[in-house]
Parts: sequence; structure tokens; C-alpha cells
Amino acid sequence: MTTLKVTEPTAYSRILGIGGVRGERVVTNDDIAGPINSSDEWIQQRTGIVTRRRAAADVSLLDMCEQAGRQAIEASGVDPAEIDVVILGTITHMEQTPSAAAIVADRLGLTPAAAYDISAACAGYCYGIGQADALVRAGTAQNVLVIGAERMSDVIDPTDRTISFLLGDGAGAAVVGASDTPGIGPTIWGSDGSLAHLIKQTHSWLTFRDGTDTTWPTLRQEGPTVYKWATFQMAPVALRAIEAAGLQPEDIDVFIPHQANMRIIDQMVKLLHLRDDVIVARDIAETGNTSAASIPLATERLLRENQATGGQIALQIGFGAGVAYAAQVVVLPNKTHTV
Amino acid sequence: MALSATEILEGLAEIVSEETGLPVESVKAESTFAEDLDIDSLSMMTIMTYAEERFNVRIPDEEATSLSTVQDAVSFIEKAQEA
Repeated sequence: MTTLKVTEPTAYSRILGIGGVRGERVVTNDDIAGPINSSDEWIQQRTGIVTRRRAAADVSLLDMCEQAGRQAIEASGVDPAEIDVVILGTITHMEQTPSAAAIVADRLGLTPAAAYDISAACAGYCYGIGQADALVRAGTAQNVLVIGAERMSDVIDPTDRTISFLLGDGAGAAVVGASDTPGIGPTIWGSDGSLAHLIKQTHSWLTFRDGTDTTWPTLRQEGPTVYKWATFQMAPVALRAIEAAGLQPEDIDVFIPHQANMRIIDQMVKLLHLRDDVIVARDIAETGNTSAASIPLATERLLRENQATGGQIALQIGFGAGVAYAAQVVVLPNKTHTV
Repeated sequence: MALSATEILEGLAEIVSEETGLPVESVKAESTFAEDLDIDSLSMMTIMTYAEERFNVRIPDEEATSLSTVQDAVSFIEKAQEA
């Protein structure tokens, strides 16, 4: 009988290095309050956002991906020749094909790495980490570059009061590879398309093409309902990720939720009963909501500013349009890119 | 067993107090959520979620946003209990 040879599994994976770049323009609340008839005070009170970072006109999504990816590879110490998969979570790659991942892989000298984009909005990075973990442990990949990146300023409407004022641009990246010890806990993930209307594009590209609605499609959300879903439905998902990793909430050193809204972050901290001294990522205050990029960017900041250190146990959870969500407990890498 | 309007008011006042930091006594039936208690739409969602749990009723989001006074919420919960 003929028997197929299969890949040799590896016991464990972990995040080896993190990188991140934010849009270079610092956009204040006063800069954007006019068209939505709002104020710095109202925006800060509702969202915790003081500034959001947006890309310069000549900086593309791919440029940010390349820069963040390069930083993560350098921080990981992995030989680029040994990175064989690139996964890129984004909803703002404005070309249907080819994938952004393939182009970024080539720019980084990673060709012929397998490369593909995933569309899971704000959960994109955690989806990618879950896939990278599975690919490495199955022996399908040696090292995976996971990127979460958005140029949200391409899909905002300055007069929209529901979501546009939250959004920023950036790219965050992580290299995932084999480990002697467990470094990425089980991914708890899912979706619910029956709630797709909660966060969506105003109208399709076809409507735009056909001239039925010639305004540029942008994003909208049902803010209060999204808040309720994100807070009260996602806290149990986070708890399941902790449990799946064989831990208790008090074992979590660092909490890195998607940077959607400071109010959601605060409420989740309360619901999860984390330790009083838990380090909570609050990058949203300066960076804004960067969708798929927000978790790796928040991680990058915590490590760079020495608020968190390598080896600490971090709970990360992404959630957003789809609706889609993913959570996992990870061991933070030792190094971050040093400028 | 269904709770009385007074019991619902007491329970709701505790939830509001927890969310806003206001003393329980300052939450009165005639208080308006937005003006008197300074509760915005996100806090309203939090309060209604806890109220759903505490009183074992369902308060749809669109209902939550249309409840103007604490008494409106008490009346809605009282009716929802009977459903």
C-alpha cells in the first residue's frame, strides 16, 4: 500500500518579533470636529481619542506594510530566507487583485513565500496569528510574517458621525516561528454575518460604477449597538481564550484589545476581572482606531516604551466588521524594533 | 415572580449609580437619562444590558434609545416582565 508522507509537526510556536508604523500626520480632534459639528471634549469623552495618526498623501498601504514587516523581521532575528508565508489582514487594499501580501512579500525579499490577504476587518491580525500558529505547529510553515495594516483614511467621510472620526492609518507586524515552549494559546474565533449591517460600507463598488450612487463608498457603523456587542459579547470570548490556554484571568499580565474605543476597553477590563496591576494597551488615545493594525501597533508601543516586557502573558482580542472576532493568549516577544 | 415598579426603580437606580458614580438617591423616577443624569448613548447601552440581566427581560437597542426618563424604563421593564 502506498502511504503519503506528511509534514512533521512542531510542538509550539510563538511571536518572535513585532514591528509597527503609524501614519506620520497627527490629526487632532479639533482638526476634524467641524464637519461633524462636534468638539474635542465630546470626542475625548465618547472615545478616549486625543489624536489619530493618518498617512501622508504619498505613503501607501503597501509602504506601511513593508516598513512594519521589515521591523518585525529585524526584531525577530529570523533569516528572511526562512520566512515562507506572509499573511496580511486588511480591508483597505484598494485593488481586487493581486493581493497586497504578495507584493509586500516581494518588496521584503521573501519571494517565493506563500502570501495572501485575509478580510476580517479589526479581527484580521488575530485571525492571522491563529493561522500562523496552526501553520507552524503543523509543519506547513517554518516562519510566518503576519501583518495587520490599514489606510482607513481612504474610506472615511469627514461628515460621518458614526465611525470616520475614530479612524487612523498604520501597519503592525509579527513574525511567528517555532518555539521550545508554548507561546500562542488556542485561538477562539468566529463570525456572525447576521450582524453584518452593524459595520459596513455605505454602498458597493458596483453601485458606484453604475452611477446609482456616485459618492465614494465609505464606512458606517451603528455605534451604540456595536459598543454593546463588542463589550458584552466579546468579554466572554476573551475569557474562553484564557480558559483554553489553561489560565485564569489573574494570570494575564497584559491586555491588548482591539483599539476601537476607550470606553469599550474600560468596560472589558471590568468584565474580565483582570488583576489590578494588569497592563492595558491604550494606544487608541494617540493613534486612533486602525482596524487590523491596532493590536500589533499597541503591542509595539508597550514593548518599545518598556510598559510591557518579553515573556509576559498577554491576552489579545480583535473584533469588528463581519462581524468577526478572534482572541488568543500569547507570550510577548523579547524584542521590538529599535529605531 | 414579577417585581413591583418600586423594586424595579430601586434596582435600576443601583445600576445607574454603578455606571455613573452618582448616588443612588439622586436617581429618581422623573429623572431624565440624558439631561438630569448626563447619561450618553453608550452608557445607556451598558445600563440596559445590566438591566436585562438583573430583571431577566429583553430591551431592544431601539427601545433603549427611546426611553427618556427613569420611569419610562421602569414601565418598559414592568411590561416586559409580564411578556
